[in-house]
Amino acid sequence: MTELLIRNGFVYDPINKIDGEKMDIAVKNGKIVEKIEGKRVKKINASGMMVMPGGVDIHSHIAGAKVNLGRLLRPEDHYKDVEPRTSKTRSGVGYSIPSTFTTGYRYAKMGWTMVMDPAMPPLKARHTHEELNDTPIIDKATYPLLGDSWIVLETLSEGRIDECAAYVAWELNATKGYAIKLVNPGGLEAWGFGRNVSNIDDTVPNFNITPREIVRGLCKVNQLLHLPHTIHVHTNNLGKPGNYENTLKTMQCVEGLNHNNRPLIHITHCQFSAFAGNDWRTFESAADKIANYINAHNHVTLDMGQVVFSDTTTMTADGPFQFILYQLSGNKWINGDVETETSSGIVPFHYKRSSYVHATQWSIGLELALLIKDPWKILLTTDHPNAGPFIAYPKIISWLMSRKAREKMMKRINKKARSKSLLPTIDREYTPYEIAIATRAGQAKALGLKDKGHLGVGADADIAIYDLNPEKTDLNANPRLIRRAFKHAAYTIKDGQIVVKGGEVVKSISGRTFWVNVEAEKALVETRILKEKFAEYYTVQYENYLVPEHNLAVSAPIQVHAEV
Amino acid sequence: MTVSMRPKYLFKVPVNARNISPDAFASQTIDKIKKFEVWEGNKKRTLGELFEITGESGETPKETSIQVTGDLRRVKRIGEAMTEGEITIEGNVGMHLGEKMKGGTITVTGDVGSWLGAMMKGGTITVKGNVGDYVGAAYRGSMKGMMGGAIIIYGNAGNEVGCFMRKGLIKIYGSAGQFVGIHMHNGTIFVQGDTEGRAGASIIDGKIVILGNAASVLPSFTFDDVKKKVKVDGEEILGPFYSFTGDLVEKGNGKLYVAKAKNQHLDFYEKYL
Repeated sequence: MTELLIRNGFVYDPINKIDGEKMDIAVKNGKIVEKIEGKRVKKINASGMMVMPGGVDIHSHIAGAKVNLGRLLRPEDHYKDVEPRTSKTRSGVGYSIPSTFTTGYRYAKMGWTMVMDPAMPPLKARHTHEELNDTPIIDKATYPLLGDSWIVLETLSEGRIDECAAYVAWELNATKGYAIKLVNPGGLEAWGFGRNVSNIDDTVPNFNITPREIVRGLCKVNQLLHLPHTIHVHTNNLGKPGNYENTLKTMQCVEGLNHNNRPLIHITHCQFSAFAGNDWRTFESAADKIANYINAHNHVTLDMGQVVFSDTTTMTADGPFQFILYQLSGNKWINGDVETETSSGIVPFHYKRSSYVHATQWSIGLELALLIKDPWKILLTTDHPNAGPFIAYPKIISWLMSRKAREKMMKRINKKARSKSLLPTIDREYTPYEIAIATRAGQAKALGLKDKGHLGVGADADIAIYDLNPEKTDLNANPRLIRRAFKHAAYTIKDGQIVVKGGEVVKSISGRTFWVNVEAEKALVETRILKEKFAEYYTVQYENYLVPEHNLAVSAPIQVHAEV
Repeated sequence: MTVSMRPKYLFKVPVNARNISPDAFASQTIDKIKKFEVWEGNKKRTLGELFEITGESGETPKETSIQVTGDLRRVKRIGEAMTEGEITIEGNVGMHLGEKMKGGTITVTGDVGSWLGAMMKGGTITVKGNVGDYVGAAYRGSMKGMMGGAIIIYGNAGNEVGCFMRKGLIKIYGSAGQFVGIHMHNGTIFVQGDTEGRAGASIIDGKIVILGNAASVLPSFTFDDVKKKVKVDGEEILGPFYSFTGDLVEKGNGKLYVAKAKNQHLDFYEKYL
């Protein structure tokens, strides 16, 4: 294993409260160590550069059945963005749904080293892990969709929380998942029968349960299982004008649960859930209302879902929402139903500056990020590829760090959207320290990853070095420099190995796949009841459903001891 | 200023020559042009290895004209995304000629392969011979075909002429294959000869004029009227024509004009007048 010494960089490590201090970072055997000496140590001169922990992405659709269907649906998306083979990397294609290898390389080139795939139908777990295995360099994990599973709905509606917890524990082990994902809780089940739920207190057809009970129930399950991440929620009514009230109710509904000041719920791609107005004509931003709530409460984390003006592909498990999007855009589409578990949909979508709605959406994401005072609560994502491809992160960082960059874009967007936007009233500009929180430290903390997102002794040696001098350049006035630096990391170090140098991949390694191995005493795993249910509900055999650990190229289980 | 090119041998595998274009040649010396990279199959070559190149290029793309003489049936992507200037091809040429072209002119004396002028935005392409499929079409999966400019074909064209066309003009003086103007959003297609049927499938708007025999009219088109004449690119063409609106499956409002003279089998429509 290489021994590295990164010298004289400006280190940003928010978890250890280091804000731009000039210091050395020592690496040995893939971990960060106190100090290192000797002739074999490779030295990296990082003077005049920013040193940050490797980036972490809490929500990015990079693998799985629906991502792959998106690839099949959009040959024209690949045609415009082709990556030739090099001596170190394989060939591939972009743009909005890059091939697996290109995904890994592009994340690494930006200095990101861990990415979470947020929507895996449990039935498609094997496919998802096959793709994750072929995504090089970065570490990854995936969240199984559990909010609409029949067994979850049945056990919760009958108040059998312990049994539900045991089932979720089994499901996480069976699919090698990382956290509980809820998408439009209750609504996807209803969509299987051509219906939807209209708000958090609507009863799910065929099940005597409301989305509120599902969210609360799974939040309790999450606590019982001591999972590292909170529940990861895509709210009901997502993408519809006036949905912010429902979003607030979703956050409020878990307020009473005991949490020792730790977050209880993660509302993902919040931009899509912060719409006010009655229809598309009266549509406006509700970012201020969401921000006020978040500023007053500590049990929620959010991610942005920032819109980037580009031709992208929307894909979510929210089938009914994708149907609406298809009707709005008239574009080609795919809609799917995954047996008793979830649904899905894919629609190509072009976010245009000239459109009032799209420009307002762009504004909402930034308003959320700038109005929420605590950067640990709002994390940077584009919900790749739903609001834009992940390669736009440098652009978003420049918008957050520079008022000038925001104003420049404001001049080019729809007039009505510009006049209604709150952005001109906001002076705040993120510091590099806050950027390090929004893109790394905060994400790792929200995910409960102890060895990621920081540069303390014992952490994984995942490090990004950006050629940007915070002392010499006035960052706020030079958004272009920010963009260039974050687009091509000077160095990306993964597990103590230099994988990217000067924005080019110099070494391709396999990343690990993290999953949560829950030890539950009251294990349902081999119970007769589960097998009976399985035989009744599923088209596949119980034995074929389980993803064995040897299917993961590099398995990294996190041991958790549950209370059930 | 003209650059003349002639292939050194008959190409047996496809040659990807996207940099044979006035934009790439302008203000370059012949020696530099000879060093341009091209792919012959999976081998990287230089233009000088494949072509004899003589003449002189202009200062700007506008002043540059390129003349290629010989059999270029395996040469793809000539004039890709060109903005100005002129390309003249004496002989046959391969696929993707003038793809994404934005301006300038391309003239071909022989036949052309498929995807001629696909996704073009401006400029003019004139072909004296026959053309393959997907003239002025969109790339697979894309919904944006030809967006401007003109394609004039004196020979015959293949299937799916003007697929997903959004603007511009395609004129075919010979005959055309099936699905003329499929998925068209706007623009004009004129066919002087016969078509093989299913013209205008899934069109939303735009105009298709067929002077020759139209093997069939889709049932999703509604019959409007018999018109004496039709305008194509400012020019009046005398009919009479059967006029149809469609494609109703797509709630479309496109117009399909089929000349009465060569379409006796459609006269039953007249009883609906």
